[in-house]
Amino acid sequence: MTVEAKPILEVRDLRIALPKGSDRPFALQGLNLNVHAGEIVCMVGESGSGKSLSAGAIMRLLPEPHVTVAGGEITFEGEDLLAKSEAEMRKLRGNRISMIFQEPMTALNPQKTVGWQIDEVLKLHMGAKRKERQAHAIEMLKRVHIPDPESAYNAYPHQISGGQRQRVMIAMALALSPKLVIADEPTTALDVTTQLQILKLIRDLQKEEGAGVLFITHDFGVVAEIADHVIVLRQGEVVEQGPAGQVLNDPQHPYTQALIASVPDLLPPPHKPVTTRPTVLKGTGLRKTFAARGGLLTGKRKAVVAVKDLSFELHQGETLGVVGESGSGKTTVSRLVTRLLDADAGAVEVDGTDLLACSPAELRGMRKHIQMVFQDPMASLNPRKRVVDIIAQGPIVHGEDPEKARARARELLELVELSPAAANRFPHEFSGGQRQRIGIARALAMEPKVIVADEPVSALDVSVQAQVLKLLAELRHRMNLSLLFVTHDLRVAAQLCDRIIVMQKGEVVEAGFTAEVFADPQHPYTRNLLASIPGRTWTPPYRKTDAA
Amino acid sequence: MTVLDTDLRPAEPPRYVVFWRRYRRNRAALLGLFLFAIVVLMALTAGLVDPGDPLRRAGQPLVPPFVDASTPLGTDQLGRSILSQLFYGARISLLVGVLATLVSIIIGIVIGALAGYFGGWVDDLLMRVTEAFQTIPNFVLLLTLVAILGSKIEWITVAIGVVSWTAPARMVRAEFMSLRNREFVDAARNLGVSNTSLIFREILPNALPPIIVYASVIMALSILLESALAFLGLGDPNYASWGNMIGQGRAVLRTAWYCSAIPGIAIVLTVLSFSLLGEGLNDAMNPRQKQ
Repeated sequence: MTVEAKPILEVRDLRIALPKGSDRPFALQGLNLNVHAGEIVCMVGESGSGKSLSAGAIMRLLPEPHVTVAGGEITFEGEDLLAKSEAEMRKLRGNRISMIFQEPMTALNPQKTVGWQIDEVLKLHMGAKRKERQAHAIEMLKRVHIPDPESAYNAYPHQISGGQRQRVMIAMALALSPKLVIADEPTTALDVTTQLQILKLIRDLQKEEGAGVLFITHDFGVVAEIADHVIVLRQGEVVEQGPAGQVLNDPQHPYTQALIASVPDLLPPPHKPVTTRPTVLKGTGLRKTFAARGGLLTGKRKAVVAVKDLSFELHQGETLGVVGESGSGKTTVSRLVTRLLDADAGAVEVDGTDLLACSPAELRGMRKHIQMVFQDPMASLNPRKRVVDIIAQGPIVHGEDPEKARARARELLELVELSPAAANRFPHEFSGGQRQRIGIARALAMEPKVIVADEPVSALDVSVQAQVLKLLAELRHRMNLSLLFVTHDLRVAAQLCDRIIVMQKGEVVEAGFTAEVFADPQHPYTRNLLASIPGRTWTPPYRKTDAA
Repeated sequence: MTVLDTDLRPAEPPRYVVFWRRYRRNRAALLGLFLFAIVVLMALTAGLVDPGDPLRRAGQPLVPPFVDASTPLGTDQLGRSILSQLFYGARISLLVGVLATLVSIIIGIVIGALAGYFGGWVDDLLMRVTEAFQTIPNFVLLLTLVAILGSKIEWITVAIGVVSWTAPARMVRAEFMSLRNREFVDAARNLGVSNTSLIFREILPNALPPIIVYASVIMALSILLESALAFLGLGDPNYASWGNMIGQGRAVLRTAWYCSAIPGIAIVLTVLSFSLLGEGLNDAMNPRQKQ
């Protein structure tokens, strides 16, 4: 990489205006950045930091007229992009600047074959014969390591896996050897193992092509994996930028430091001797098959086994992590033990009573012993109810005096570090992290024996995630809670769980104390999972100083 | 930690204030509200405008409008005042509109909610019944019902409700099917909330906005249906209704057009007011609209 060479992309003092009445006048203020050939520049920030809009500004894909570029310069290979006409921009897009989107399923047209969609780009910009274009497209599919590229060329997007779809997107983006690739959270929707492969692929291809990459992400692990240069954004302002090594290992700005400190530690806590404590939740031989209901004429589709023969024990005061990638059946487990889904076979014993054998009336009584914290804090709170009623609802259903229950709900709000003034508001008036706190308060209101948490922090920004995790850990300690914690994020699992079970395709492949599993994984799948954690070789700086 | 999550956003104004702000942005909706207010006012003041029976003889038959001060809008072929019939007719139209809509919405909500919430065979059964109703044109069904039940205004109202519940039922069902899988429903179920409460206290309030909007359409349709019945001479002859007026005025349409034109305009404006009102409600209740 020649640093003296002129950068491919130069952005100077870019400002993007938001419509009137937004929470701030500018989505982006005074952004300066350079992308050189053969360099990967990572733009990191939490939601609302304006990182995606800056990509939109470069590609001129902003949701105009609501959001507009208010000032600044964008220079691409010496040409002023802001001065170009729409027709000139069209020639550039897909050809010399291309983009990889976050969600490959929605970025690809479900009605057209993969080949047709790659061909569309080539038709617009390459000007070659159909045969040549097809050969080139298949060559590109080969380069992104899609198995059997000829058949993938004729496949529809739904016929290939999520990781392969993202590979197709990358093939499309690189088909014409662009000088600049903008990747907007390209791996966020993918599982860790796939994520690592895609990151490697982007890095390799970018080296071969010598293109500049502007990589947008919220994940510091990914940054550590891929970045040459890092820009940290906060609410539309650049707080810090510099070479990756410097920003990651010696962050200067307090916000960057806080963000990096929020990245969960990969070192699990030393395990507590818990086996002597009584078992509060016990699952034996759980099994669930989803029989796909076929139409009248199409016949039955193949049934999907979500969970097969799962057994586990959760002791009093312990946190058991259920870890796995999408499709591993871990969410089904959380629904089975709370009996939101009916299992096909097996038993779930809460304090010795089998939940699955209960009659509907008994079940309603039993529900107060096992409570749940849901993944999506927006969807799990009834938008038409006030917070105090949401929290007090459970106790009232179970016969508590409504006035007492509401008073207790206000206390719980304080316990989860929300102001009691929040009690009379509606859920939409809160941020994601605050909503998740309300969800936790609702679960605590029932004074349950077990709390099942289904990916409670995966919808949250990393700094908020750290706070919610801290709150959970504190509450667990104070109230001696027993937690069944479902997550796909091994970093989160390492932080909170005493023991974990690793699931793959509905089966437990490994179980044990977190520290032991992390230190010495037995099953190849677990090893693969652990090896795929982005940035696993990078230890955030403050921990080094702690150790010293 | 510099990023604190515990500070609250400033309080929003109460819901009805936000609602009214959104509603009044739509000029047509304001017009709808204005027309609706006039119809309500007419219904309320009918007794003041003409304290007597609107169906009594008030003067010479077929007096054109603006000729005789005692019958400002003229008289029909039996010498009845068109103005007082118009005012009393507003009562009937509103009564039929509101009650028939209530009947149809209630049936629709119950059937749609059960079908959408439980799914499976309950859904299959209820939807087949709904389809059976939908295959018969609703005016034909209405005629049949009125022929069986008789032309009393109460029965007409009920019959109109019974023929128009299918569309709201399908709508409620669709809303329930999408809402029942939302996490907040699971969350409430996990608290031990019973099915009945889940349906009516958790899901229904979230499903209501589109149904309320649609209710305004049904209200307009019910008024039209009642008028159509009356036009065919199947209305309740004991009450002055706009449809009755048009039906009787039809006989003298060429010589005294005003006998049917005046109540016709009243129907057009009332139905228009309801659909504008519905459109305004739709805009105001759509959560995607800001402020």
